[in-house]
Amino acid sequence: MNNVRLSGPESQSSHLTFGAAMADARLGVALRHAALHEVFAACPADSAAAAGFTVLLAVRASRGKPLLWVRDDRTVRETGRLDPAGLVELGVDPDAITLVHARDTRGVLQAAADSVKCAGVGTVIVEPWGQAPEFGLTESRRIAFAAARSGVLALVLRTGAQPVPSAAETRWGVAAAPSLVLGANAPGYPAFVISLLRHRGGLAGFDARVEWNRDRKAFHDAPLSRGAPAVPARRAGDARERRAA
Amino acid sequence: MRANAAPRDAPFALIEKAGGAMRVAATDPSAHALGIVPGLTLADARARIPDLAAIDHDPEADRALLDWLADGCDRYSPTVATNPPWGIVIDIAGCIHAFGGGADGDEDGAAELAADLCRRFERQGLSPTTAFGDTPDAAGALATFGGDDVLALPVTALGVDGEIHRALRRAGLRTLADLARRPRAPLAARFGSATTEALDRLLGRVVPVTPRRHPPEIEVETRFAEPVARTDAVLATLDELMRRAAAILSEHGRGGRRFEAALFRSDGHVARLGIDTGQPTRDAGILARLFRERLDTLADPLDPGFGYDLIRLAVPVTEPLAPQQLQLDGGAVAEAELAALIDRLTIRLGRGRVRRFRAGDSHVPEQAAFDLPITDTAPPVAWPAPEPGEPPLRPLHLFDPPQRIEAIAEVPDGPPFRFRWRRVLHEVRRAEGPERIAAEWWKHRGGAGLTRDYYRVEDQAGRRFWVFRHGLYGVERGAPDWYLHGLFA
Repeated sequence: MNNVRLSGPESQSSHLTFGAAMADARLGVALRHAALHEVFAACPADSAAAAGFTVLLAVRASRGKPLLWVRDDRTVRETGRLDPAGLVELGVDPDAITLVHARDTRGVLQAAADSVKCAGVGTVIVEPWGQAPEFGLTESRRIAFAAARSGVLALVLRTGAQPVPSAAETRWGVAAAPSLVLGANAPGYPAFVISLLRHRGGLAGFDARVEWNRDRKAFHDAPLSRGAPAVPARRAGDARERRAA
Repeated sequence: MRANAAPRDAPFALIEKAGGAMRVAATDPSAHALGIVPGLTLADARARIPDLAAIDHDPEADRALLDWLADGCDRYSPTVATNPPWGIVIDIAGCIHAFGGGADGDEDGAAELAADLCRRFERQGLSPTTAFGDTPDAAGALATFGGDDVLALPVTALGVDGEIHRALRRAGLRTLADLARRPRAPLAARFGSATTEALDRLLGRVVPVTPRRHPPEIEVETRFAEPVARTDAVLATLDELMRRAAAILSEHGRGGRRFEAALFRSDGHVARLGIDTGQPTRDAGILARLFRERLDTLADPLDPGFGYDLIRLAVPVTEPLAPQQLQLDGGAVAEAELAALIDRLTIRLGRGRVRRFRAGDSHVPEQAAFDLPITDTAPPVAWPAPEPGEPPLRPLHLFDPPQRIEAIAEVPDGPPFRFRWRRVLHEVRRAEGPERIAAEWWKHRGGAGLTRDYYRVEDQAGRRFWVFRHGLYGVERGAPDWYLHGLFA
């Protein structure tokens, strides 16, 4: 296997943090390692924002272990392939990632169930395309149980899907946020609007605007200065998702 | 060796269209006895035998049958070649020990092997002719023309074209012995070098057989006196073979990357199962699990028919693997678990579906880096470090091929002002560029393609895109097309 590992700032703790003070304070220890968490793209065009947020969470959670990314053929067709050059630019080491391309949702679920059981894996990103009706409560429960037993962090990444009941510990909605402009009107660092849509322990939902810092390998609360526009109003889709949850 | 399909009842002929007429391509023995010879038109043949059954000649099917038969002949020797349209050459040197051949019993062993082969072919309704020769060509000629002395063969056996053949007959040269007695140089001058070369191939210069399969580095097999048909018996045999292969690998300090099991059915059919591993391995336990996994994923389950009488395990690809040490720490266990997981996924999903990233040596974005099957061994290449302080300059999601968009630019050679992608309009609020990426003109002859001007743009909702204008405005293109190539996080 690869000798190079993702290296995140977290090492021993049982939960992971964003590094952004506001969001971390609201979350406490809600983002546990040995559990299943869901990330929904606010709309299909936010697929890269959701994928970026997910892989960056995985980097922070890595504890020196490799990452398995399970996608299906439809996902690759609709959102494009993962560009290792782009991963490097986010501060992710492509050598620590093993890609698994399944044919369909069933293949994704089977590969995910196998991978989550394996204690040698740090994080499994499960990315079926669309609503994927095969991915119901039973399947997510199976993954959540396996993760709890093996200590693997399971992240389910959904694009073009509405939330359905699941065994996930937390559910996040992610959309791209306008970045803080750099010189000459150039787009800036990756910025996200993240919304906690649901928490099993009953934590209240909240929105946060975070920016990724590649050098510190951490998110931080995105400042609103430097002439940036205010936080955009919550999109219509987000409210719908919260109701569905 | 010749194999003709031989139905017992009515005379029949295979016909093909040649020279504007339906002509006989081949016949069965009974039609042949009645004077139907290849080359005859179907009308003439029907005049002789009114109820002659005519079937379309299908060379493809013949070829497939020959390949199928040659597969079955793998049981005799690793060096099997086909000699179309109806020949199979088997190099049996050193391969007859299983048939009672030894240092002194060579002849008996070879005859026993030939008898075994004939029995199997006859069970398929074929009538094979076998012959032994010192060279592949000699064996082929003896099988075709009969006899056991190469020198007694007619000059036809040389397989030279009609002109030279007639010249040989006119010179009174009838058998190969007549030719072999004469000095080579005048023969070559008179009848062409093709003649003397064919003679050499028949009489002694051994041309190596080009085998259909590359002989593997390691091969172990078990033969059964009684065919086995039960799956658990087959699996138990495979386990035993894997233990033997593992012992050989361990002796050589190597591990296998690919394992192939060949199950030889007694009727000549061969089922082949292959597994690939992500790392060199020689752990019989892991291999046994992988083979079971492989059997479970077969689209058609194994059909043992009347049973397998030979099971063989080959290790075609091996790599150095240091002797195993007792590793008791958790890290090594996790590592091994991970390797096993990756092998299992590779087998369940198919070769090439478990992949890792590799850097390429091109500056064209879609070729600069890609993902490779994890079973491919490629040296790792260092990834370029990102520029400190810069935002990501390459997207996370890359479309290959790039997706066409409708874009409007404020100035023809500036960034887009708004664009439509997948029926949604995006207003560009921020843009940076162009980053000019030229086509690889040194790789394509006659026009390399167009230069691309890349822009990083952000829309009104904050989504970041990587778009490019295909062609320099006014230089390469009047109105260049726009493409969306990737999405930034």
